[in-house]
Amino acid sequence: MHQNGHEPLQQVKQRRDAALHALANGVPYAQYLGIKFDRRGDELTAILPFTDKLIGNPRLPALHGGVTAAFLEVTSIISLSWSFLWEEVESGALPLQDLQTGDLPRPPKTIDFTVDFLRSGLPRDSYARASITRSGRRYASVHVVGWQDNHSRPHAQATGHFLMPRRD
Amino acid sequence: MAQDKFKIARDFIQAIPHARELAMAVTDIGDGTAEITMPYDSRFVGDPKTGVIHGGAVSALMDTCCGAAVMTHPDCPGATATLDLRIDYMRAATPGQTITARAECHQLTRSVAFVRAQAFDADLERPVATATGAFTVGS
Repeated sequence: MHQNGHEPLQQVKQRRDAALHALANGVPYAQYLGIKFDRRGDELTAILPFTDKLIGNPRLPALHGGVTAAFLEVTSIISLSWSFLWEEVESGALPLQDLQTGDLPRPPKTIDFTVDFLRSGLPRDSYARASITRSGRRYASVHVVGWQDNHSRPHAQATGHFLMPRRD
Repeated sequence: MAQDKFKIARDFIQAIPHARELAMAVTDIGDGTAEITMPYDSRFVGDPKTGVIHGGAVSALMDTCCGAAVMTHPDCPGATATLDLRIDYMRAATPGQTITARAECHQLTRSVAFVRAQAFDADLERPVATATGAFTVGS
């Protein structure tokens, strides 16, 4: 058991970063797109660095709508997994070693996902943050916002429903 | 004429860097309909324990196919952009199988195109996913 407040800071960070690293790197498609995660406490921000292979309209150029949809979906799934892993990582129920070997619980499954394209995706880095509106034993509802240069001018937002993995 | 349209659509999709990345190929084009395939690729997997393709890759295929269906509609004046796209995931696509999306632009107003689509793996009886979307018309 970890004693909150008595554990060395470095150890706390190492454990949390290992958990996030294992989660984010355990998804080949997220790696293929080049998605990274920035962590502040338990809050995650997803980052999608721009590359030419993500272009959907070569004349503007603009990000492919499908890339933005995928980015928001990956952000939702990782954020949802992270929210239920957090407790177990903090309590020590999920050992660091399991995380490092990639022995993670199953990810939630997308039931449906609806994306609003608010502005054309510029050839720049994108960011996204998901908020879990409801997280039940079987179903979860997630809202996610994506932006580029200005957080107050989102380029896309989405809501999705997810089937939670069985935790026996 | 129909052959021209097919060629234009194929070249158009080929010119989209991300569609090329996912190896998307136009297999059929009609008046406001499109069929596009995406072969299985282990880089696009969502869960390495199962080898199932990530929903995000299916979204990219659906979005491209819906956009193509809008552009092939006889009354569409040209370019289009996605306003909104909803995807329902019915089941996991079988690992190793090509995914085929079919989209139909069933309504077109002066400003908005309405599209529905289905995606299949080798089992053509049960869709992997369905989509409905609204797209811009004109600029």
